[in-house]
Amino acid sequence: MACDAWRDKLDQYVDGELDAPEAAALNAHLRTCADCAADALARVQLKRSVALAGKRFQPSAELRARLEAKISGAARPQRSANWWWRLIAVPALAVLILSVAMSLYFQSDKARRQRTFSELTDLHVALLASATPFDVVSTDRHTVKPWFQGKIPFTFNLPELQGSEFTLLGGRVTYLDQSPGAHLIYQVRKHEISVFIFQDRTGQDRGAPAASPPSGQVHTLSFNMDSWTQDGLRYFVVGDVGSADIEALSKLLRGAG
Amino acid sequence: MFEDLAVPLFDQLYNFAHWLTQDTTEAEDLVQETYAKALRGFSSFQVGTNFRAWMYRILRNSFLSSRTGLKTTVVFDEEDQETVSATEVSTPESLIIAQSNRELVQNALGELPVHFREILLLCEVEEMSYQEIAQTLSIPTGTVMSRLSRARKALRELLQRKFAGGSHGV
Repeated sequence: MACDAWRDKLDQYVDGELDAPEAAALNAHLRTCADCAADALARVQLKRSVALAGKRFQPSAELRARLEAKISGAARPQRSANWWWRLIAVPALAVLILSVAMSLYFQSDKARRQRTFSELTDLHVALLASATPFDVVSTDRHTVKPWFQGKIPFTFNLPELQGSEFTLLGGRVTYLDQSPGAHLIYQVRKHEISVFIFQDRTGQDRGAPAASPPSGQVHTLSFNMDSWTQDGLRYFVVGDVGSADIEALSKLLRGAG
Repeated sequence: MFEDLAVPLFDQLYNFAHWLTQDTTEAEDLVQETYAKALRGFSSFQVGTNFRAWMYRILRNSFLSSRTGLKTTVVFDEEDQETVSATEVSTPESLIIAQSNRELVQNALGELPVHFREILLLCEVEEMSYQEIAQTLSIPTGTVMSRLSRARKALRELLQRKFAGGSHGV
């Protein structure tokens, strides 16, 4: 099939709407045709940037409360006008609204955390796949740390690794939600672990809440992540190693910071 | 039960409403109107069919019949017949830059005609399938594909113009 015919199917391909045999055939073509592959990549990137840019507006808490009151009010018709019933129903309703609001809050928190996590995982994987993964190649923390001076708007401390299983491989400048940060790579038993350090933006509404998801450990597919805030900096540790290794490296970093 | 189905959609519906109306107050009114209508019409909702598409359809129809919606004169020019070749415009380099510039993409989305903007949001943000989009917009799946192609092409062109202009920096 000529490229033109394939290109007509690229949108369906990146949208996951082709049936399995067609998707497999197009996949095979993409391996051999650089033009179509570049086109497909551009389409995926456009999809991704629209998905990111599209999540933009958040309803006010007031609107949420008003709507929830309306819905739960309508869902529970008054069964009795007895005063004692109201005495119980009003606080119960308040508790219900509060719990729905809280579960919604935590749900959106979870979604936010998931998004940041997947972006950091992407950065981690992209770096491992890169032919030139580091801009500063050194196992010496006293070389890596000063290299970042003037490249990012903050400084940080790196831990002494002697006696631990971890080795520092190098680092580069990276971006998350348009803010610059440090991306460091550590190695443990042939596995690479990414450490990301950004300025913590909690409490500053810059339209980019993704930079400040809740701290804690996350586990999805084969990646583990730990994240915390310390001295105004936001740390993320991402890798395909077990959570024990992630925790061990996090502990070292916490000790140094 | 209505509450269980409808409350989780609140954030998404609001985001969509804001993109359609481009105004906070109007978006709030639109979401409230949508929930009121959905609550009243819930008995007519057929269990087993797509609730999300049903809610979006109510929201969109309410928008189109609102004052702002009526002003956005939507022209659908024989889009079913036209095959779109996306090969004319594709500069991957510039799109890589686009990915890093969320604000630029947001501006471009806001400038797109509303029927392009809404289909892109449903596909990329809501991650709806072609079939779900067809249900939401009450159009055939074939039209979903052609409109989506055209919307993406329009967005690409708009982004490229913005890069060329360079006046919309970060």
